Amino acid sequence: MNIFKNIFKNNFYFFLILFIISGSVSAAEGTTFKNQKPGFSFEGPFGKFDKESLKRGYQVYSEVCSACHGMKQLSFRNLSQPGGPEFSVEKVKAIASGYSIIDGTNEYGEPIERSMVLTDRFPKPYGSKDEAKAANNGAYPPDLSLIVKARVDGYNYLYSLLNGYEEEIPEDLDIGDLSYNPWFPGGAIAMYQPLYDESVEYEDGTIATIDQMSYDVTNFLAWAAEPTMEERKKLGFIVMGFLFIFLILMYLSVNRLFKDVH
Amino acid sequence: MTDTTDNQDPSRRDFLYITTAVFGATGAASLAWPLIDQLNPSASVSALSSIEADISSIPEGGSLKVAWRGKPIFIRRRTKEEIEIAEKDDSLDLPHPEKDLDRVKNKEWLVVVGVCTHLGCIPIADSGDFGGWFCPCHGSHYDISGRIRKGPAPTNLEVPPYEFVNENIIKIG
Amino acid sequence: MNHDYQYTPKNGFSKWLDKRLPLMRFADENLLSFPTPKNLNYFYTFGFILTMCLVTQIITGIVLAMHYVPNTLLAFDSIEHIMRDVNYGWLIRYTHSNGASMFFLAVFIHMFRGLYYGSYKEPREIIWILGVVIFLLMIITGFMGYVLPWGQMSFWGATVITNLVATIPVIGEPVLTLLLGGYSVDNPTLNRFFSLHYLLPFVIFGVVILHIWALHVTGNNNPTGIEVKDSKDTISFHPYYTVKDLFAYIVFLLMFCYFIFYNPNILGHPDNYIEADPMLTPAHIVPEWYLLPFYAILRAVPDKLMGVLLMFGSIVVLFFLPWLDTMKVKSARYRPLYKIFFLLFVVSCLLLGYLGAKAPEGIYLFLSRVSTIYYFAFFLVIMPVLSRIEKPLPMPIGISNSALNNSVYDSGDGIASGAPSYAMDSVNRH
Repeated sequence: MNIFKNIFKNNFYFFLILFIISGSVSAAEGTTFKNQKPGFSFEGPFGKFDKESLKRGYQVYSEVCSACHGMKQLSFRNLSQPGGPEFSVEKVKAIASGYSIIDGTNEYGEPIERSMVLTDRFPKPYGSKDEAKAANNGAYPPDLSLIVKARVDGYNYLYSLLNGYEEEIPEDLDIGDLSYNPWFPGGAIAMYQPLYDESVEYEDGTIATIDQMSYDVTNFLAWAAEPTMEERKKLGFIVMGFLFIFLILMYLSVNRLFKDVH
Repeated sequence: MTDTTDNQDPSRRDFLYITTAVFGATGAASLAWPLIDQLNPSASVSALSSIEADISSIPEGGSLKVAWRGKPIFIRRRTKEEIEIAEKDDSLDLPHPEKDLDRVKNKEWLVVVGVCTHLGCIPIADSGDFGGWFCPCHGSHYDISGRIRKGPAPTNLEVPPYEFVNENIIKIG
Repeated sequence: MNHDYQYTPKNGFSKWLDKRLPLMRFADENLLSFPTPKNLNYFYTFGFILTMCLVTQIITGIVLAMHYVPNTLLAFDSIEHIMRDVNYGWLIRYTHSNGASMFFLAVFIHMFRGLYYGSYKEPREIIWILGVVIFLLMIITGFMGYVLPWGQMSFWGATVITNLVATIPVIGEPVLTLLLGGYSVDNPTLNRFFSLHYLLPFVIFGVVILHIWALHVTGNNNPTGIEVKDSKDTISFHPYYTVKDLFAYIVFLLMFCYFIFYNPNILGHPDNYIEADPMLTPAHIVPEWYLLPFYAILRAVPDKLMGVLLMFGSIVVLFFLPWLDTMKVKSARYRPLYKIFFLLFVVSCLLLGYLGAKAPEGIYLFLSRVSTIYYFAFFLVIMPVLSRIEKPLPMPIGISNSALNNSVYDSGDGIASGAPSYAMDSVNRH
């Protein structure tokens, strides 16, 4: 049918362009190995977050990573909102109150310290970027709020990286006093291995192997980078469904209209 | 114009076009909702739509001022004498008649929005002729139940929605 | 354009309005009854698609501007605020960012259509030139828009491209300082880019109106390249092309929505989710995909100034098309040689796009140079030469006859009988 030939022609360009740019969005560009793909529940058009994994992942973040890595885009209230780990509000209030923050001054001009509440952002590990660098051999531990979106093939890369520290360093590689991780571009990473078996004692009783913790914290970080993902895919289903039906109706209308045009 | 005689049954033709048009109109209308809803308070603003105030350290006769939705809230711990006066004045001819009991959840604690109902200035505590607040802008006097007694303000100080989470914390909003 | 059909106001209000401000007449003559060639294919729907893209970008942009803060300390965070806290903020942001890509995809197809069917030729030179102006404005708008999130690519892309201004001899440096409002890309730059990014789409809108106006003076071209002769060649724009345009737009929307809802970041660069750091340069600085061909041309040339000139030249050359390709036969349908070179041209553009993302060395650099040479040769050498020597295929008498049997073709003596005799046509037009 002429119409299909023309639609194909238009979309042909699109697919051609997609094919070409996909070449530049290669998996793990610049790293030594191709990323491991453990498969996450949020992948695919109908993906959803595994809430228990998100809860465990938050535990890993708060007990291990938050010592050096901030997550300044997140507030405690995000932990109880739909689409995320969905801790109860009481639980989150309890978590928040374990941290304190300087907020305002009293009548003598002295800073007031209070415990954190739902509306506060996650606590900062350092006062400034320079302080962070100084405490970490000159390397700045990046903020993790968006880390999954800030790396090519983000979640697979992160999982591979956290899981992939190796003791044996290849002979021809000089890494000074950095650590060896074949998934990090160049192999020499400033972050010491952060996770060991049983670094964390999971509240839900799951055994905390390095693999498990890497998986859970990656899950958590993937949510943190895009907390609206579930809503996005759900709305996508409705919109695409609507458009598809509308497309059929329009197609029939065009056919009907042009039948008598010669 | 090119001849475009339609040989189809008109009613079948119309049904398709009408269905399509209705579908299209529905789609276009539902497009509008996100564009409008984004004007509504964002999650960060809504999160601050209620606040919790710790009243444990307020002495009898003392008060606390907190900010709620951009406005000041007066939290006043009233003495026994002040409560008695507030309740006695119920029977007076008030400009805006309201019983004291209807304005408090716990007689010891008065929680009002600290914005004068005349033109919006913030009244001063412990001043005025009625043992409550005095608004310096145009001379409105409020009593120890936050009721307007003298001056141009038309209504009593507004009581915000609030509840006692426990005996030390009030949640406002 | 024929005026056999006249707008007549039907009811009292229409008559009253028509005497004072002929809005209904204008709408009827240009949107409803406008005589349009009856043989337009789907490549001709992209004008409407582009108008929808512009409207979409403007509406989503205005809404984003209600929440975005154009200050280097707050910009990145304000966008995360939009993504996380503003109701449907993620949807509006992703529509705007992917919408820019869709806008450029549509404009490239639209321009390739023009090149293929000779829509830039007499009497449509002004339509084409206005179109190139729109394209330039789109590029500037898109470039400035990409700086606003203040990610690493925003900052460093802006730094690289604005530094090109400094290559201009004598006045380059002071002009660069003027543009930046400082000595490097910083807050003054961000602020003014925001203001101009808000302004230019409305300028584009104005030029689009002129573009469509100019189109309505000459009438649409069509796939045969043969001008409309009489009303047998045309059908009313409404309902035929309003419905066909809408259908094409829904197909386009399906693709657009795939990106928004299922793969919203694939067309962007991950580095832009890292806050701008003037002290840290990313490993590979690349612009958005739709600017890659121009980036490839820029880096193909060893001399910096020449690279800049050729990069801008690749767009400037488009202005001269109506005088570079002067063959009377418009449509590539009947130009077998031109068709081949045109397809090669499309390939060279796609190749340049691919190469723009690669480091300019080795085989990539070599291919960039070959493609750049072909790009310019296509316009400056091949077109003029073909105008003189190409023999067209046998052509039909006109649009009405082109879909029917082949019996009324010409003798193939090199002069296409279907080629319009413009004197006659201008009599047929008003």
